[in-house]
Amino acid sequence: MDKDEYKKLVKEMSPKEPKFRKAVIAFAVGGFVAFLGQVVATILQLSFAIEEATSYIWLCIFTIFISSFLTALGFFDNWVSKCGCGLIIPTTGFAHSMTSSALDVKKDGLITGLGSSFFKLAGSVLLYGIIAGFFLGILGVIVYG
Amino acid sequence: MASKKVNNVYLKDAFSLAGPLEARGAIKDYDIIMNDYYYHEKTFEQAEIKMQKVVIENILRKYNLTPSAIDFMVAGDLSNQTSVSSYAASIYKIPFMGVYSACASFVESLIVASLLLESKRKGLALCVTSSHNLHAEKQFRFPVEYGAPKPHTTTFTATGAIATLVTKEISKIKLESYTIGTVMEMGIKDATNMGAVMAPAAAKVLVDHLVDTNRTVDYYDLILTGDLGCIGSKILKEYLKEAYNIRLKNHLDAGCELYLKSQETYAGASGPAALPLYLFNRILKQNKYKKILIIGTGSLHNVLFVNQKLPIPAIAHAVSLEVQ
Repeated sequence: MDKDEYKKLVKEMSPKEPKFRKAVIAFAVGGFVAFLGQVVATILQLSFAIEEATSYIWLCIFTIFISSFLTALGFFDNWVSKCGCGLIIPTTGFAHSMTSSALDVKKDGLITGLGSSFFKLAGSVLLYGIIAGFFLGILGVIVYG
Repeated sequence: MASKKVNNVYLKDAFSLAGPLEARGAIKDYDIIMNDYYYHEKTFEQAEIKMQKVVIENILRKYNLTPSAIDFMVAGDLSNQTSVSSYAASIYKIPFMGVYSACASFVESLIVASLLLESKRKGLALCVTSSHNLHAEKQFRFPVEYGAPKPHTTTFTATGAIATLVTKEISKIKLESYTIGTVMEMGIKDATNMGAVMAPAAAKVLVDHLVDTNRTVDYYDLILTGDLGCIGSKILKEYLKEAYNIRLKNHLDAGCELYLKSQETYAGASGPAALPLYLFNRILKQNKYKKILIIGTGSLHNVLFVNQKLPIPAIAHAVSLEVQ
């Protein structure tokens, strides 16, 4: 049996991932998180007389704190494996990836561990986010002047 | 020839320690259960060193042995540079050899020990192996608390440590023969499907063993593979049928059997501890099988090479045990 035949056999024997079901769950969970965010932002705007733009900054800070806190308590990862990417695509995912990396290396030294591994997962989001922002900025200047 | 009959080498006894999830799995009566992944240490890595220390101390105490009574120690684990075993060995000052075949390390250590013991008139060797789920997660996969959705083919590194005494004195379990495996690489790059990576290596060593010893699969009451997992076992059976025309019936996979289905461990257990945990605490306690072929399967996975898009090589070693 050659490698291609073997790959075919492995594909046949490995169970198919329920992609559609996972997508629906991720969509629902992601939507629900966004809905909660909107509720909090609206409360901030109406009850605390905070401007709309500022309220979203506050919301961002809340989301980062809550997801980091839940990561530290140790059950956020279980939720993510159940809810799929609905929980990790928004700001929550970014905070979660940094907190989990930090927890992992907290005993490996402040420089050799925490300092160098803090952005292990989030680093690629930052790098490609900044690069995409740069090019979109140029595009924006060209299109809108 | 990769196979060899062994004269007068026996497994005297083993002492096993299991992690919290394993203790709630299919087997309940491990010698010691560790309830906390830190095991009163600062880090998971140091906890694994302590796990090895605890099993070594307990097996020595059980037979009233001092470390100097052991001729040599062969140990292996999953950590980089097999550091866990080295640190554990540094405590006892027993002549030491570290082995690495990923999850086949236990079987490799038995082979090395029997090789070294065979030429002696008497002797006593200690084979130690361990794995720690969170230590392995951190080294091979994502940070421990990071929630990455995993496919159903993923296996779950078992937490446990086992110390085995290998001796020249006659005892119940005879190490009858062994076969050294071949590294097989079948083009699988998926690090979440280790069963598929290792199945060809398991098949190769099984066929080599049967050819060299002039036996058929029916000669054995049980063929116990290490940590192919439930999906890897299916692949092994299908692969053996198609590539070698062998139908495997008397087969169990330690990885697939170690946990309960309700424990959400995907395709089952993996790690060097999975095979000995199941072998010593279920198979040998059952006293049901007389001739057992254990095949330790190891995926020689290195994150760096997988990132460089190379396929994952795998190895499997086989040891034939006879229970009197």
